Formats: sequence, structure tokens, C-alpha cells
Amino acid sequence: MADIVIDGIRKAFGPVVALESVSLRIADGEFLALLGPSGCGKTTLLRIIAGLETQTEGRVLIGGRDVSDLPPRKRGLAMVFQNYAVFPHLTVRENVAFGLRMAGADAVRVDRQVARAAELLHIEPYLTRYPAQLSGGQRQRVAVARALAVEPAVLLMDEPLSNLDALLRLEMRAELKGVLQSAGTTTVYVTHDQTEAMGLADRIAVLHSGRIEQIDTPAALYRHPRTRFVGGFVGSPPMNFLTVQTASGQTMLDGLTLAAPGRERVVLGVRPEDLEPAESGLAFTVRVAEPMGSHTLLTGEALGQPVRIVAPSDWRPAPGERMFVRPRPDRIVWLDPETGAALEEHLA
Amino acid sequence: MSARPGTGRRTLFLCGLGALCAWTLVPIYLIALGAIGGPGLISRWPKPFWPEGSSLAALRYFLDIAGVWSATLYSVEAAVLCMALSILLGIPAGYALARFAFRGAVAFRLMVLMTRAFPVAILALPLTVGFIRLGLYDSPVGVGVMHTTLALPFAVLVSASLFQAIPHEFEEAAWVFGCSRVTAFLRVVLPLALPGIAATAIFAFVISWNEVFAASVLTVRHRTLTAYLLSVLAESPLHVQFAGGFLLIVPSVLFIFLVRRHLFAMWGIASK
Repeated sequence: MADIVIDGIRKAFGPVVALESVSLRIADGEFLALLGPSGCGKTTLLRIIAGLETQTEGRVLIGGRDVSDLPPRKRGLAMVFQNYAVFPHLTVRENVAFGLRMAGADAVRVDRQVARAAELLHIEPYLTRYPAQLSGGQRQRVAVARALAVEPAVLLMDEPLSNLDALLRLEMRAELKGVLQSAGTTTVYVTHDQTEAMGLADRIAVLHSGRIEQIDTPAALYRHPRTRFVGGFVGSPPMNFLTVQTASGQTMLDGLTLAAPGRERVVLGVRPEDLEPAESGLAFTVRVAEPMGSHTLLTGEALGQPVRIVAPSDWRPAPGERMFVRPRPDRIVWLDPETGAALEEHLA
Repeated sequence: MSARPGTGRRTLFLCGLGALCAWTLVPIYLIALGAIGGPGLISRWPKPFWPEGSSLAALRYFLDIAGVWSATLYSVEAAVLCMALSILLGIPAGYALARFAFRGAVAFRLMVLMTRAFPVAILALPLTVGFIRLGLYDSPVGVGVMHTTLALPFAVLVSASLFQAIPHEFEEAAWVFGCSRVTAFLRVVLPLALPGIAATAIFAFVISWNEVFAASVLTVRHRTLTAYLLSVLAESPLHVQFAGGFLLIVPSVLFIFLVRRHLFAMWGIASK
């Protein structure tokens, strides 16, 4: 087991900067998700940790050892690739045993660890088959088993579930979490799917155009986004942002007065489920109502700005209907309208 | 084939299949007929489907021509050398083209093809002079080297596309799981590319085996089979020429037949 320290990693592809001075520390046994939209640099960062990409500047330390200039095989890690990269010319058993064989493990150890990994991922029935005879989900399991069989100190996963269909993804996600929790491996998991990151990770690092916007636990990230980008990217539907005028530490939202940071204009951020119906308050005009089963998603306008509300499922307002809502006061985030950064004085 | 093609499509398919088979088989059949049918059959038309007085006399006569066996040996020597050099030089070059973005990669690709733009006829004299100076003239080694220049462009470009078809992730996975660049190539890339490499090797062999002109120019006494036959058979009766032609085809056909399974396996990988 090992911790990972990423120290001032910068990566430029010619004139294009993929990562600018990223630093973070991943504790021993921690599950960290690197979350961000495509092109944010999350995969590049993972590949730099793996040694498949060379950083322009900075260092990577695994278990206190500087591995910055070591080839992948000397870094003591395993990886699950987005399209599995299960070797087609080897049987499932030989695929799972590959890392152990390369490490020169004796036959007894190979057999024992292959059997354990195969049992963990329920692939014992396919051990003698070739990958071409397996479904996508089964290949995925083989790829994870191959990575776990070497009992790595660090496990890297690059969007491992993105090629599975929705139902299988959900099933595999829960299973993966169980397997990795019992293994206690330090895991770095790259994904663009925020529900995957929220569900799996101990902590999430949100990346945006080559920078880490915020690192936090899923709950803290959700509740207290430090930038407008994080609030908009994490959570589905995303956070609502209303630009409001303030005067003497207060802002007037139709019939609602809220204490606000002492600035002329601020952005009020509030989650769609934190807007509650009320007798008076912020006037909201419904444009579309989508009954989702567990809740009703309302899309409309307040203060002339687009707003979404997650309402109880028995709410079925008609389009064009006007209602009043109040944000739960303890769930409000104030942001700077220019920089998009959260205003620290009002963070809980 | 789809489950139940319409009769029209099926007929079309069978016609195409028949035409394709005929394209390959009819010439071989006619040559075989000439080879075993005896002198009388050559000038007859229409030809019988099966010659009544068939005999292997012409084939035997042909094999008894002095020098055929040593010429065959030279041919094999040259072809094996050509095959080995094409693979040994072509595969690294193909791998480099497929995996590395280096300055001049496009130009290199073009240059590889350009070598085929110069007719051997024009190069014959300088080649002969050069080979005499190098001591390669009139030897199977010289012919093999010459044939390598003909086969190498194909070896480079075919193996480049072979390696391109193998996803880079396989190699990266191998690196992560303990391979160096070399062991990853040997353990993962090479096995996946092997059927294609085998096909490339056979192609190089066949190019050398069939080549006449350069072999005729570069040899005098140590002629390869094709070059030897060209000089000898010109004075032989027609049915012996047919026998020679037939015996020349046989090795190529046999070779392809033996490796056809690997050729199909290559398609299996390519279609994934």
C-alpha cells in the first residue's frame, strides 16, 4: 500500500497546456476520483502517474519514492484501461496472470492470486476462454481482475465503466466499490460521470482546463462548491445560479430578503432540491414540468434567469403557472460574479 | 452470408464466386494440361477436359534438364534471403512508422514507395557494375539482396498498417504490467501481428521466386530457376516449357495453401 504525492505537475503538448501545476496528495488506501469534462486533463494526469506520459515539470511520488523518471513497470501500479486492453491472444487465465508472470512469481503464487482475483470478480467459468468469446461486461471484469491479481499498491482506472450499458454500469459500480474497499488499494479513478465519482470516491478532485478546481469529499463538494464550475458540473440537474443586486448587506428577491455579502452584485447558488415551495418569496414561472417518478423536475424562470427545481413527485404544475419558492438558507452559496469563486466569508 | 439471401442475390454471389475461381484456376489448369498432355495436345483446339494420353514424361524430361536442380536451390537461397531481409528490415521500419511521430515520416513513406518507381531495366547496368565491385555478382546472395529492394517497400508498408491496427493500449497495458518496450513488443505486439507478418514474409518469398529480369541480369552461371528457364526453355519444345511453368507455379500455390489459415486469422483480428 502506498500514498501518492503529485507535486507541481505541468504538462504541455507543444503550445497546448494540458495541465498547469497540479498538486495533490492521495492518502494510503484512499479512493480518489478525477472528475471533469473531456479535455480537462484528467486522463493526462492519470497517464503521468502511470508513467505512460512524461510530465513537462513536477514530480510524482508513490509511497515516498520519486517515480517521476521511472518506466511504468517500475512504479508498482496496475491499471484498468477505458477499452479494457485485455490481450486477445491470451486466455482469460493468462491475461489475469500476466502481471504476476512478468514479475517472475512462482507457479503457486500465480495460481493462488489468479484464483483469488477470478473469484472476486466472478470470472472463474471463463478462465479458459479467449477474450473474443466474452461480452463487454465480462471483458471489463477480466481487466479489473488482471489489475487486482498483482495486488498493486496503487490502482489506476481510466473511465473503466464508460463502455458498458447503463444497467451493467450501475451493477459494476456497486461491485467495484465493494471489491476495492476490501482490497484497501490506493485508487485513482478517472471519470467524466459525476454520479460515478460521487458514488465511488472517498474524495473527488474536479479538474477544469488543466487545473484542479476543488478537492473534497463528495458531500462537501456537493454542498459547498468552491467555484461556479464545480457547482454546475457536480450534481444533476446542476446548481442554479442567480445574479442578484445587493444593498447594505442584503438582497431583495421579489418578496424575500436575504443577508448577502457586502458587494454590489453577487451570484446566488442553490441546488434545485433546495428550493422549497412557500406562500411568498422568489417568484418562479414554470415553463416545463417533467415527472421523473421519484420527483418532478421543473424548468422555468426566476428574476428573468433560468432556474430548475426538483419538486416532490405529487407536484404537477401546469406550464406558465407562477409559484413562490424559498431557498433553504443553510444551503445557499454566494459566488463572485466575475471570477465565479465562492465568497469565503459565507462558506459554512 | 446473411441468413436467407434472395435467389437473385444468391445467383449473383455464385456467379461471382465462379468467376473468381475460374480467374485463378483456368490458367493453372491449362498449364497443367500442357505439361502432362504431351506434345500433341499443345496445338489442339478445343482441348479435351482430361488428356487421354496423359503422361508425366514432359515433367520428368524437364526435371532431367541439367542445372534445373541447382537453379532451384539458388532460387530458394535468394528467396529465403529476400524473405529474411524484408522481415528483419521491414518490421522495425513498419513499427516506427506506425507508432512514432517523427520528422519526415510522411516523406519516408513516400520514399519507400518511390524505390519502386525506378524500372530495374534502367538500373541494370549500374547495378551490375556495383555488384561486380562488391563481389555479389553472379551469386544467389546478390539476387536475394536485389529482390529485397523489390519486396521491402511492401514489407514496410504492410507491417506499418498491421501495427497500426493493433491498439496502442495493448502495449501500454503490457508496460504497466511489467514489460519493457522490448518484452511488450515480443509478448504482446508480435503474437498479434504474427499472421500478418507471415503473410508479408510469404509475399516477399513469392516476389523473389517469380522475379526474372533482375535475376537474369545479375547472374551468368548461378542462375535462379526463373532466369535459368528463360535461357534454357527458349530452345525447348512447347510442352516442356509448359512443364517448366507448371513446376514453377506449384511451390507458390502450395505455400499459400499451407498458410491460408493464418491469413484468415489475420482477418479475424483486423475485424475486431
